[in-house]
Amino acid sequence: MATPGPLRRAYHWSAAHAPWSAWAWRNTALVAASIPVAVPVMLALAYTFSNPGHLLKTLGSVLLLRPLLTLLQRSRLWSLAGLDIPKIPWAHRWYHPHGILPRLRAESTWRQYGYHLLVSPLTALGGALVVLGWAAGAGCALVYSWVWALPENYRPPGWTQQYTAFTVLGVVLLIATPWAAALIAHFDHRAATALLGPNRAKELERRVEDLAESRADILDAADLERRRIERDLHDGAQQRLVSLAMNLGIARATLTDLPPEARAVIDEAHREAKEAIEELSNLVRGLHPAVLEDRGLDAAISGIAARAPFPVALTVDLPQRPTPTVEAVAYFVVSETLANVAKHARATRCRVHVRRRAQLLTITVEDDGVGGADPAGGTGLLGLRKRVGSVDGTIRINSPHGGPTVITVELPCGL
Amino acid sequence: MRAVIAEDSVLLRIGLVKVLDMAGFDVAAETEDAEGLLRAVEEHRPQLALVDVRMPPGFTDEGVRAALMIRQQWPDTAVLLLSQYVEERYAADLLATQTGGIGYLLKQRVADVEEFVDALKRVAAGGTALDPQVVAQLLLRRGGGTDPLERLTPREREVLALMAEGRSNAGIAAELVVSESAVAKHINNIFAKLDLPVADGDHRRVLAVLRFLDGGPA
Repeated sequence: MATPGPLRRAYHWSAAHAPWSAWAWRNTALVAASIPVAVPVMLALAYTFSNPGHLLKTLGSVLLLRPLLTLLQRSRLWSLAGLDIPKIPWAHRWYHPHGILPRLRAESTWRQYGYHLLVSPLTALGGALVVLGWAAGAGCALVYSWVWALPENYRPPGWTQQYTAFTVLGVVLLIATPWAAALIAHFDHRAATALLGPNRAKELERRVEDLAESRADILDAADLERRRIERDLHDGAQQRLVSLAMNLGIARATLTDLPPEARAVIDEAHREAKEAIEELSNLVRGLHPAVLEDRGLDAAISGIAARAPFPVALTVDLPQRPTPTVEAVAYFVVSETLANVAKHARATRCRVHVRRRAQLLTITVEDDGVGGADPAGGTGLLGLRKRVGSVDGTIRINSPHGGPTVITVELPCGL
Repeated sequence: MRAVIAEDSVLLRIGLVKVLDMAGFDVAAETEDAEGLLRAVEEHRPQLALVDVRMPPGFTDEGVRAALMIRQQWPDTAVLLLSQYVEERYAADLLATQTGGIGYLLKQRVADVEEFVDALKRVAAGGTALDPQVVAQLLLRRGGGTDPLERLTPREREVLALMAEGRSNAGIAAELVVSESAVAKHINNIFAKLDLPVADGDHRRVLAVLRFLDGGPA
């Protein structure tokens, strides 16, 4: 069942079947209320049975009445059973030029149609039986009091013995009716949830699509932000630092007649300025280097591979560029794994292979180090896993103790 | 010697003018885009053009394209490119036709003023100046197969890399703290291992560097 309403939490089969339980009456109310809603449909169906030639007219009018009927049924189920049936979301109102056709094509429309045409008359019939059951049960069970209330000369002769059967029948009916009401209500619940509301699978599908879309948006936004920061740093702080270091370098080269202390200070400042440039470029490289945006993965990865403290054999086979987000993740994967290899693996060489086949970008990083990389431990690998997961990628780490370590990352780029 | 500058960052441009002054160049024109650069080169016919790779309006490779045009149309003008990052293909493009009078350095190298001045002079004199990072990136072995470069010892690769940077034997010897004759021996080994014909020395040197660069970009 879809959404249990607030009242459904208290529902309990045995309690619901006692004639005096609130549930028995709620179920009765629910099924009885379906009678007035179903009456127009039942009348139309009855009419069709006697005039089969008007079948199409009948079916058409029920179809026309569908929105109203659905509204009534939803309101009945919510107010009497606490069952909240979600509305079918439509892009446009029905009177909009693009409103009618999608509704006619939607399977939800025909499921609802089925409910109104088949389930609702059945529920109404059941409702009528339940009402009848209560009335007949009460009537029969109290048969002695009816007869006793009659004037003496109107009472049938020998009634005190004869009517016992009626009393028994009445009690049986009073006990059986709540069961019937519960059964019909249950059937109504299931049918309404399945037929009136949105298709669960469809709804989930739509939700997944929405989520995927909003996640992609967030990733893109984060990526854009990284690039913006990179640009800002490059155009601002980095240029200033380079200019500062250059001026200090000029001072060092030209002011040769300074006292040694002053020269030492200039030397120191020059060295620090250069270190600041280096640090800033490392920071930018970790963010989203301009080379990645301008020239793509190949050039960007060559840059980090060339900086690695061990020889790196690199093959990049990219017939076409992936999306900027996937490129950023791929770049991050290579830069992070190479940093890990440098830090932990004690490797003497490394092989990086980047390849795109159809919609799959595969990155393999292989080193001849000591192995024993723990996929669960270490923030590096964890961060890697998260970043890869953000674009629905997968990561496999094969790192037996004693090495070698092979890390394979697959990134789908067909999004 | 005359020089022109094309650099869109004012701060850097001012500094570069000072460094060029120091190096004994006479800065004939300062421009901030490729078009201005080409006009300035045509007008002043400088010995050296100092060019930023990324310039308006596109901020991509305007500088490289201008450099290629300059080398083609005015071969007497040497070009030293400054780049924020290394793109091997630029280096390969630049060195495809000739290996002299070309430089390709990362922007941050200007901070080491003395070395930068050396590079400026070397390029203006028809030499080469490649950034160590460019060389490192070109040294990445790409793809499978046997590469004659694989036959080189690590030391020989170092020497070749320094040759590619445009250093003289004396410069290489100083960098590696070995004797000049040791460098000459390494270079001869390199020539042999790369199957370079015995001919005039300078030509072989250029060929070795080219072989080395060919082994680079896929």
